[in-house]
Amino acid sequence: MIRVVLPYHLRTLAGVGREVELQIDGPVTQRALLDSLEARYPMLRGTIRDHVTLQRRGFIRFFAVGRDLSHEPPDAPLPVEVATGAAPFMVVGAIAGG
Amino acid sequence: MSGVRVLVGTRKGAFILTADAKREQWDISGPHFAGWEVYHLKGSPVDPDRLYASQSSGWFGQLIQRSDDGGKTWEPVDNKFVYDGVPGTHQWYDGTQHPWEFKRVWRLQPSLTDPDTVYAGVEDAALFRSKDGGKSWHELPGLRGAKGHLWQPGAGGMCLHTIVLDPGNPNRIFVAISAAGAFRTDDGGQTWLPINRGLNIQYELPDPKAEVGHCVHSIAMHPARPDVLFMQKHWDVMRSDDAGEMWHEVSGNLPSDFGFPIAVHAHEPNTVYVVPIKSDSEHFPPDGKLRVYRSRTGGDEWEALTKGLPQSDCYVNVLRSALAIDSLDACGVYFGTTGGQVYASADSGDSWAPIVRDLPAVLSVEVQTLP
Repeated sequence: MIRVVLPYHLRTLAGVGREVELQIDGPVTQRALLDSLEARYPMLRGTIRDHVTLQRRGFIRFFAVGRDLSHEPPDAPLPVEVATGAAPFMVVGAIAGG
Repeated sequence: MSGVRVLVGTRKGAFILTADAKREQWDISGPHFAGWEVYHLKGSPVDPDRLYASQSSGWFGQLIQRSDDGGKTWEPVDNKFVYDGVPGTHQWYDGTQHPWEFKRVWRLQPSLTDPDTVYAGVEDAALFRSKDGGKSWHELPGLRGAKGHLWQPGAGGMCLHTIVLDPGNPNRIFVAISAAGAFRTDDGGQTWLPINRGLNIQYELPDPKAEVGHCVHSIAMHPARPDVLFMQKHWDVMRSDDAGEMWHEVSGNLPSDFGFPIAVHAHEPNTVYVVPIKSDSEHFPPDGKLRVYRSRTGGDEWEALTKGLPQSDCYVNVLRSALAIDSLDACGVYFGTTGGQVYASADSGDSWAPIVRDLPAVLSVEVQTLP
């Protein structure tokens, strides 16, 4: 199972704990992961990436295995640790004041 | 037993304040959507338990929440606001044209007759409508056809912040947009006219009589007299007696005619409320005295309402959506401040008391009169 860690406000919105698990058939990419996440928790649509362009929102970051994957192409394979469930894919609200 | 429910949107969540008709003892519920900006909440006039809320965040964008039990529980509904067709462009700060980009919902206006129909005023300025209780949103694009290419954002953003529905004519809607002006449709939103004649002022626009570009802060109407509109503009308090065809100034003896909200008494169509602010450069009350001004003559002659309000060292602001009127007898008046106070008057403004003092900065106040 793929593990995804969500930031506080999105956990509250989706009514889930810190980490959710997703089943992804096929290549584990950022796009596949977010498609699966939004299909299971439709209230998250538009909060991580734009509805239409599917671009990551400006103050959202994606971290995994100690790396910032925010600027990786959405169809690039995610690290094997994420694909195997050994490490979580982290959706992070950027440090931006407020 | 009748009572009131005050819906308060703040920088860090929403609060619901309820009281019986005496409006002396208040129950405070919240924060709802804690940590999020809540620009506006409003209830359906035909189903008081149906509420809509605009919840937004710089990180996570826009959400719309709906309650069917008067705010006890909420359900996120559709948050997809996509401009109709090719969005086109509007004026940008550097004089170039800039594409329309959705940022947030400033205003939610439920229909006067159908709880499932609700309008949303958004930034960048446009009007959306849902006919299914918020499950889907569709733009009324004709509004942006009213010289939208000439609109440009002011300091607060290019937001559609005021939606006024005509209770006697379902095809007539008034809206106001910061730094663009007021607009009216007479065909249910298909086509729109700028209604800014008479909003002449020097220093705001190179052509004071321009058709669009006027910085309207808010508009109010009494339902019994829908052709009479009152407007708080960037500077000037204005009145129109012909549904916006022409405006004339009614600032009269106000200590400052700059301000943000305006409201009309529930039972007296000629009684109007404003909260003067010192200037566009200093957004706080003149002389550090928080005063609501009331005109019982439809403008021009204003009296200061001060009893119970701080009369020294007060430097809060009252934003455009943060003044509301209930329809009890006597009519109640409510406003919220950027300092987090919500004040209430149960006697049409003669005297005031704070309901709460220490909320986050208040963005909007609405009140429902409950049966």
